[in-house]
Formats: sequence, structure tokens, C-alpha cells
Amino acid sequence: MAEALLELEDVRARYGPVAALHGVSLSVGEGELVAVLGANGAGKTTTLRAVSGTVRRSGRIAFAGRSVARDSPEAVVRAGIAHVPEGRGTLTELSVRENLRIGAYVRRDRGAVAEDERRVLGYFPQLEERGRQRAGTLSGGEQQMLALARALMLRPRLLLLDEPSLGLAPLVVASIFGIVRALNEEEGLAVLVVEQNAALALEASSRAYVLEVGRVAVEGPSAELRRDESVRKSYLGY
Amino acid sequence: MLLSFDWTQLAQQVVIGLASGGVWATLAVALVLIYRSTGVVNFAQGEMAMFSTFIAWSLVHHGLSYWGAFFLTIAISFVGGVAVERAVIRPIERAPVLTVVIVTLGLFFLVNGAARWIWTPETRSLPNAFSTRPITVAGVAFSIQDLGTIAVSLAAVTLLWLFFRFTKLGLASRAAASNPVASRLVGVRVSWMLALGWGLAAAMGAISGMLTAPALASFDQNLMQPVLLYAFAGAVLGGIDSAFGAVAGTLLLGVLINLLGTYVDWVGTELRLPAALAVILAVLLVRPAGLFGRAAERRV
Repeated sequence: MAEALLELEDVRARYGPVAALHGVSLSVGEGELVAVLGANGAGKTTTLRAVSGTVRRSGRIAFAGRSVARDSPEAVVRAGIAHVPEGRGTLTELSVRENLRIGAYVRRDRGAVAEDERRVLGYFPQLEERGRQRAGTLSGGEQQMLALARALMLRPRLLLLDEPSLGLAPLVVASIFGIVRALNEEEGLAVLVVEQNAALALEASSRAYVLEVGRVAVEGPSAELRRDESVRKSYLGY
Repeated sequence: MLLSFDWTQLAQQVVIGLASGGVWATLAVALVLIYRSTGVVNFAQGEMAMFSTFIAWSLVHHGLSYWGAFFLTIAISFVGGVAVERAVIRPIERAPVLTVVIVTLGLFFLVNGAARWIWTPETRSLPNAFSTRPITVAGVAFSIQDLGTIAVSLAAVTLLWLFFRFTKLGLASRAAASNPVASRLVGVRVSWMLALGWGLAAAMGAISGMLTAPALASFDQNLMQPVLLYAFAGAVLGGIDSAFGAVAGTLLLGVLINLLGTYVDWVGTELRLPAALAVILAVLLVRPAGLFGRAAERRV
């Protein structure tokens, strides 16, 4: 296998005195869509936070051949990793347009940013209509789309996606996953997605990791995990 | 009775009220800036403004014109505000709100003491920023000083609004105040945005102080304490989380106080402040978030 885009090796993280990751190793290849599954408290969200630097972490984290393990969140963004956080991180007081514009905050190529805004809005026509509206007034599904659109405005090489389905109606979830897959397939965007809804995530991803209390318990191609009844029963609960 | 009403006097009193309100508005906007990003009222804002005014006095004393000192003081105050945030507020960024409040109270005494130590507690005066002659508009005589004060306050507030509304840095500041965690995830250096806010607040305070001082025959280190009270009252009236509300609230308060003092005999000059505060209290009973504020949205 060629050098992966993102590589985690023995990554540990803690919240104050409480350890949340006990040595997680995983990788995301260029243009790959990878899922991280597991029960509540298994360390899924923390894994994403370790990559983006929003939690204290140790171990090896390499992105595009360079270590980002000691980088601040602001520096990780500049390296080309966009993180859509748990709860969507909507900038509620800003307008929808302003939310998009802040997504491109670290970019200096103004012309390309304007072009990307049109391209991104092409994926989310509902947001276009609500451009001047305060983002806090959007519905949950629209806010999730806005979070995704804002992350895309960075023109990232890797997208970290935390529980995009949380609290949303099935139809909205399907549409969001459809867009994520399209971005992955058409634009070659690499995605690391954390999901509670294992069936959905295994359907969309090519490979998956199952976390259990801060460690990788199972890993493999998503199609195989889906067929493996024992994995399904003991870890995924469906 | 109604026919003999003196419209000229009303117009004059409204302008005088707007002039005091404008001065309070610049300080109120400074309070709102800090409140929105830090969640506390900076009790030292008035003292920092007083300190800036003494810097302006020193510059004038060393031969600068009023307006030369005015702009230089704004620049110095901006840098000073950033420095205060880095030195005093940054170390307690993650501390509970009450800790931050206590620190701003400490800052109040620290800045006041420093000003007394540097400039000694004797009274000073600043030259007039504007001509003291009156000007006649539509047959009514106004003081140029009052009109100039209103113009400078509104210009300062408008410039600040344009900065926040139309610049990338302004957008990043608003983002940082709205959701610090998500802002870091798009690469905004949130901690520096707080420092920027303190710098801008200090600069606005400096303007407030430098407009307050020349209108007085003399001033000392207690110059800004009443101004802080009025600014705070006006900001609460308009909605402490809204810069627009703070400006509207302070202007309204300025006019209200002045008209109460002029037209309600038993209020006179002595009861102006209590009467105005009673009105504010009545408004807040009906609209707790202020006239233009949004009711607090609690995140859980």
C-alpha cells in the first residue's frame, strides 16, 4: 500500500485525568472514505479531536508525510484538514454566507474562494436561498449541511466528519451521506467519518475501524465487516 | 399653553442630550465588545479610558495639538488594550466568569492607582476640541462643541461597525465571539481575536474620555466613573449583547436625562440620574434583554 494521506500510530489522548484513547492506530488513504464506529464513549470523537488538535494527545500523527502531532488546531487547518465537529459548530450569530466565508479564512486565493463558494452552494441549493439568514435560525439538517459546506470552503485534502446523522431525520441523513459520497467519488476528497449509525457508515465507506474503550478492536473493508455476523452482533449492535 | 411651547428649547436640549449620549455610546460599545467575546462587563473600561485621556493630556502638554494627541492616543490605547489582555486576561482565559469579573475590578484599582502615581492627583484640563461659538441651524442656535461631539462619536461607532461587518478580520472576530471552538476549527486564532477586541475597546474608551474631558473646566482621575455608569446603564437599556442597542440605548438615555431635568420641575438636576434609572428599570421589567438585545440562548 502506498503512503497513506493520514496515519495515526499509537495515539493516546486524555481529558484532564481521564484517558480517552489508549493507543489508536489507523490510516486514511488518498481519496479514501473511512468510517470509525463504536459505542458511546469508545473514543470516536476523541480520535477526530486528536487529529485536529482540539484535545491533548501523544503518539504519531502524520498528514501528507508531515507530522501534525504537535500542531495547534489553527495549524492543522492550514495543513488542509477540515473538521466538522460534533454538534456542527454553527456560528449562530453569523449569516449563512458569513459562515461559508469564514470556512475559507486561512486561504489567500480570493478568486478561487469565490468560485468555490458557487461550487459548494451547488451541492447545497437550500443554503443558497438562505444566504443572508442568521445561521442559528436554520433547521438541524440545514445546519449540518452548512457545517459541511463551511468545511469544504477550506478546499481540504481531508475531511473529518463527526456524527453527521445525529438528531436528523432519515431522509436528511440519506441526503447528507449522498453528498459526502459524491464529494468522495467525484472530487477525490478523503473522508474520515465517525458514526453511531453503523449500517449507514458501512454502506458509504470502503474501510472501517471499530473502536472499543479507546482502542481499535476490529478493522477491515466495510463490505466484509457488514457481512461478518459476529462483528455486527458484538460491536455494532444491529 | 401648547401654542406657546418652546420648540427651540426642545431642539437644543435634545442635541445636548445626544452629545452626552454620544460620549457614553463610545464607552458603551467598548463594554459590549468585551461582553460579547468574554461574557463579562469590564469594570476597568472607564479607568482605562481615563488613563488614555491622561496620555492625551501629556501629549498636549508636550506641544501636540488636540487632534494630533487625539489620534496618537487612540493608537497608543489600542496597543495598550492588547497588552492588558495578553498580560492580565489571557492567563485566566479558561477561568470561571466570576474570576474574570474580579480581575477587571482589580484592574480598575490598578489603573486608577497607576494614573494617580504617574500624574499626581491634581486637576488638569484639555483644550476644547471644537469652537465654543454657537452655530445657527434653521433659526435655532446649537453649540458647535455638542454637534462635533455627536459627529465624532457616531463616526467612531460607524467605523467600528464597518470593520466588523466588511473586513475578514472583523468577520473572524465575530466568529470567535459566536463560537470559539468552531472558529479554531476553521483556523481563526481565537485568543488573538480576544486581544484585538480589548485593543479596539480601549481605543473606543479613549475617544470617550477625550470627548468628555474638554467639556469640563477641569478633570482628575475620577473623570470616567460617572461616564462608565451612564454607559453601562445605556448599554443595558439597549441590550448589552448588541452594539447597535448600546448606541441607541445611550443616546436615548442622554436625551431622556436631559429632558427630564429640563421639563419635569421636581426632577431638576439632582434627581435626573435616579429618574432615568427608574425609567430603565421599568423598561427592563418588560424587556429583560433590553430594547434591542436578544434573550439569552443557553447552550447545553
